[in-house]
Amino acid sequence: MQAELLKEARRQAEICNACRYCEGYCSVFPALHRLRAFSDADLMQFANLCHNCRGCFYACQYTAPHEFDLNLPGILADLRQDSWEEFAWPQAPAKAFQRNGVLIALVTVLGFALLFVAARFLGPAGGEGFYAVLSHTAMVAIFAPAFLFPLLSLGVSIRRYWGETGGGSVAFSDLKGALVSAAKMKNLAAGHGEGCNFEDEDRFSHARRHAHHLVMYGFLLCFAATTSGTVMHYAFGLHAPYPLWSLPKLLGVTGGLMLTAGAFWMVRLKLRSARELGSATAWGGEMAFVVLLGFVAGSGLALYLFGQTVAMPTLLALHLGAVLAFFLLTPFTKMAHGFYRMAALVREENSKRSSS
Amino acid sequence: MISQYDVAIIGGGNAALCAAMTAAEAGARVLILEAAPKPYRGGNSRHTRNFRCMHSKPAGPLVETYCEDEYFADLMKVTGGKTDEHLARLAIRRSEECLPWMQAHGVHFQPSLSGTLSLARTNAFFMGGGKGLVNAYYRTAERLGVEVLYEAVVTHLELEESLITRVDYTHGGAPNAISPKSVIVASGGFQADIDWLARAWGEQARNFLIRGTPYNRGVVLADLLDQGVESVGDPTQCHAVAIDGRAPKFDGGIVTRLDCVPFSIVVNKHAERFYDEGEDVWPKRYAIWGRLVAAQPDQVGYVIIDAKSLNLFMPSVFPPIKADTLEELAEKLGLPPDRLQATVAEFNAACGDTSPFHPTELDGVATAGLTPSKSNWARPITEPPFYGYSLRTGVTFTYLGLKVDENAQCSTRNGPIRNLWAAGETMAGSILGQGYLAGFGMTIGTVFGRIAGREAAAHAS
Ligand SMILES: Cc1cc2nc3c(=O)[nH]c(=O)nc-3n(C[C@H](O)[C@H](O)[C@H](O)COP(=O)(O)OP(=O)(O)OC[C@H]3O[C@@H](n4cnc5c(N)ncnc54)[C@H](O)[C@@H]3O)c2cc1C
Ligand code: SF4
Ligand code: SF4
Repeated sequence: MQAELLKEARRQAEICNACRYCEGYCSVFPALHRLRAFSDADLMQFANLCHNCRGCFYACQYTAPHEFDLNLPGILADLRQDSWEEFAWPQAPAKAFQRNGVLIALVTVLGFALLFVAARFLGPAGGEGFYAVLSHTAMVAIFAPAFLFPLLSLGVSIRRYWGETGGGSVAFSDLKGALVSAAKMKNLAAGHGEGCNFEDEDRFSHARRHAHHLVMYGFLLCFAATTSGTVMHYAFGLHAPYPLWSLPKLLGVTGGLMLTAGAFWMVRLKLRSARELGSATAWGGEMAFVVLLGFVAGSGLALYLFGQTVAMPTLLALHLGAVLAFFLLTPFTKMAHGFYRMAALVREENSKRSSS
Repeated sequence: MISQYDVAIIGGGNAALCAAMTAAEAGARVLILEAAPKPYRGGNSRHTRNFRCMHSKPAGPLVETYCEDEYFADLMKVTGGKTDEHLARLAIRRSEECLPWMQAHGVHFQPSLSGTLSLARTNAFFMGGGKGLVNAYYRTAERLGVEVLYEAVVTHLELEESLITRVDYTHGGAPNAISPKSVIVASGGFQADIDWLARAWGEQARNFLIRGTPYNRGVVLADLLDQGVESVGDPTQCHAVAIDGRAPKFDGGIVTRLDCVPFSIVVNKHAERFYDEGEDVWPKRYAIWGRLVAAQPDQVGYVIIDAKSLNLFMPSVFPPIKADTLEELAEKLGLPPDRLQATVAEFNAACGDTSPFHPTELDGVATAGLTPSKSNWARPITEPPFYGYSLRTGVTFTYLGLKVDENAQCSTRNGPIRNLWAAGETMAGSILGQGYLAGFGMTIGTVFGRIAGREAAAHAS
């Protein structure tokens, strides 16, 4: 953990604790005001609780040019970014990818290449539809490890986070509180429910919250589509391709549309927002991640639309290549934020319970 | 920019914005001339956190009720009766309708902040504080067609007979003038003009810190007083509190306040005590400590506490100076070590039974046979580490202002000025002769800003 970042975060947190004007915006301030001195772990927990709604920046009477130079969203974003690199397992790829859009793009291209090569050499095993390009067995051989490894990696990271921030045993009510908060993106609604300050300075807007909803729920639907497909394949012997009125297709197409639209919207909003209120050094990495996510969804939709044409094998390789890159990079890109965020929200419920 | 405005408003804080929105809603073409650059717009209003609001039933964040008579009685208590009853009651009565009006113009409220529970019934807190309020008002004003010119310093209002005929201002260093039909002064007090403060208060004022904006220099106030516009309020007085001595010269705001005096001893630079630190609960005493410190050599004081008191008060912006011995603390604070040790020893010896100690109530834990005595919370200073803060006088606002009537209209000895109104800090002296009631500044600004906006628009149409 960078000592300078922690020192600066502590300085700002101490000013906020003397001021308290932003108490109603989000969960960070009540957590901060419960304490009088801030350990490194406390600061890290605030950083992961912060949803970067930026309300507390635009409302702050101490932002630059004032000598107190408050920029709480900015310093918490830097710290958050740093904590994801610190807790990642293994650490090296996180340090490489979190802030580096070019590297993310490179891995994606490698993913494409790998899939082209696989299609070419592992080839079909007499399957139908997509399996005519790449056999089911080959797909499983590639994607099962690519899916399980990130889970393992994130599991290790979140355990570390929990240990470091001194989390106690988790009650059902902690999980429930955290899930409700995340499901509504309550912390992006600014306490008064009018949204956050992102794309147009201090104007409150729900744009970012809604874009995030599209991405998050779109992603979850796509994930459900894949899961339902897997269940149908193994439990019921029903193999792809599935008709439109099947669970995998319905979930996948809806989710894909949401995810594509959400990612596109998010990119547009990000382009209009002030970079120094986020982690400025991670801007490229975040952007590349959103684009990758959008590409995964978009290429999936294209595959659905053009699956019967000659473009199919190419599209399939592109789509699966992107999916592969996405899975493998999950613990080392912005995607990890969802897991840390949940951990931080549960941790906050946890300490609210023990302090009340 | 167009050349003919119905209403020109001088200032860009709460009072100015309330006036601007009201006038624009009445159909007037409105221009705001704000001296500060955009990042510093909003004067002292950007430092506020709440306004005091009468309510006959729970409203917004406010619990229970707070009726006119209770509000007025609270005001009389702090001003020692130096209150204009008619205008004060007008402000109080109108405050109730302000809350929904503010919400309709973009202000959000939040429950009273942790550590301020005593205000939950009387004061409505702005979400994000005063800057959040100011931002919301600028958004609404711009939507209503109000034009805003930043870095526009008004230098002179030309008064001919009973009419303001011209407003002179500089913008980007260049002189400009406009002739609006109506003019509203909402440019605050003069506390940021240190020379004026020194003339009024004495040379010690040069060591004072100004808690709010550096842009309230009283330029327009002085200009109008020179032209015989009626004034009100004691020109030598200002509202001053004791704040952390390390605070910046201007704009330190709320975070520089120190709430630890009741649990401490306070000494001057010779390490001598000079006043009863435990006379009353801090919210009732913080305002007199500004004066007390101002009367000490170099206008500075030092708060000394020990480990057992550290967590009894709200944290402030800078961590305290910390030392394991009193001697070391004295050195770090620049106090004579032997004198400080003697003062503490004398104080400790005068402390008695501390078992009834209660940090939030007058506990009667007092010294015996000590001058000055400490009448509450007097516990010996014995437990290391020891902590110290320096104290300086922080000026909130000045009392001298423009005299207005119930329509917020200004006048000369010959009668009302037909197109000049004033709102906010710059006319607060018309209501408050001395003292201050937390949250009343924003109430005055909102109520009289709206009145001024209404009157100015009516005159222009
Ligand atoms: C730290 C602090 C905390 C406070 N907290 C509270 C609180 O919680 N509740 C409360 O009710 N009161 C509070 N007050 C008092 C409150 O700030 C004032 O009563 C209120 O803000 C006055 O509003 P106003 O619009 O009259 O003046 P201001 O908000 O000060 O606005 C004056 C404006 O005039 C501009 N100006 C000055 N000279 C010129 C010129 N020549 N030409 C053009 N523009 C000019 C300034 O730039 C500024 O924008 C606090 C004060 C301070 C310092
Ligand atoms: S961000 Fe600024 S206004 Fe908000 S609590 Fe911190 S110091 Fe106060
Ligand atoms: S940016 Fe938003 S979520 Fe983060 S601390 Fe500030 S108000 Fe809270």
